[in-house]
Amino acid sequence: MRVTVRLFARLRDIAGAPELAREAAPGATIGSVWRQLVIDFPELARYEQSISSAVNADYARMDQPLRDGDEVAFLPPVSGG
Amino acid sequence: MSTPLLAIGDAPLALEPLVAAVTGGDQHPVGANGAIATFLGLVRNHNAGRGVRYLEYEAYEPLARKTFERIAAEVGTRWPGVRLALHHRTGRLEIGEPSVAIAAASPHRADAFAACRYTIERVKQIAPIWKREFFEGGDVWIEGATADPDDARARAEAERTACA
Repeated sequence: MRVTVRLFARLRDIAGAPELAREAAPGATIGSVWRQLVIDFPELARYEQSISSAVNADYARMDQPLRDGDEVAFLPPVSGG
Repeated sequence: MSTPLLAIGDAPLALEPLVAAVTGGDQHPVGANGAIATFLGLVRNHNAGRGVRYLEYEAYEPLARKTFERIAAEVGTRWPGVRLALHHRTGRLEIGEPSVAIAAASPHRADAFAACRYTIERVKQIAPIWKREFFEGGDVWIEGATADPDDARARAEAERTACA
């Protein structure tokens, strides 16, 4: 299946793109997509403990399974206000 | 066109439209309010010992809107009489410009102040918004809290701060 990955702020800078298309195996979770990203962009690894994630613009846990066409977002620590 | 209660985007911010938005309306007739507390967050010219030139704000806007709805719902549960407006700006902001505007109308001032303070604390905790600081000699993404809307401890901390 195919998912769209959205990256923000420093994560976007590290990957060099705000959005990536990714192939994911059936049964893939947010976490497995993240681990694949870290392989491609090792600098992301230091965010392992501090990122939040969302699916289709709703906050979601890393163990949430994904479906074909989902938009997965990875969010570094926030700094609004 | 009437001002929405909750908004995020690149339009400049002002308090007056938010004040108008939280007063009036069928369920909140003007006379029912005894107080409106407002908050305006500004771009400061210094941070962490650095001279700041300007800021760029980025947001995951669809999730930011839902997060604002969540914060408004939390306010509605904790302070049932309060009507809340919350706007956040994105894009490049110059020194002195408002980045966030909040208005909370209530029959009583204590609830208006508390709801207003709670709202900015929750924005800083859970809104998917980031600021990039351009200072003399470089730039850096500011990274604050790990966003977790279900973190009850963070929510309780925001409530403690609001009611202190």
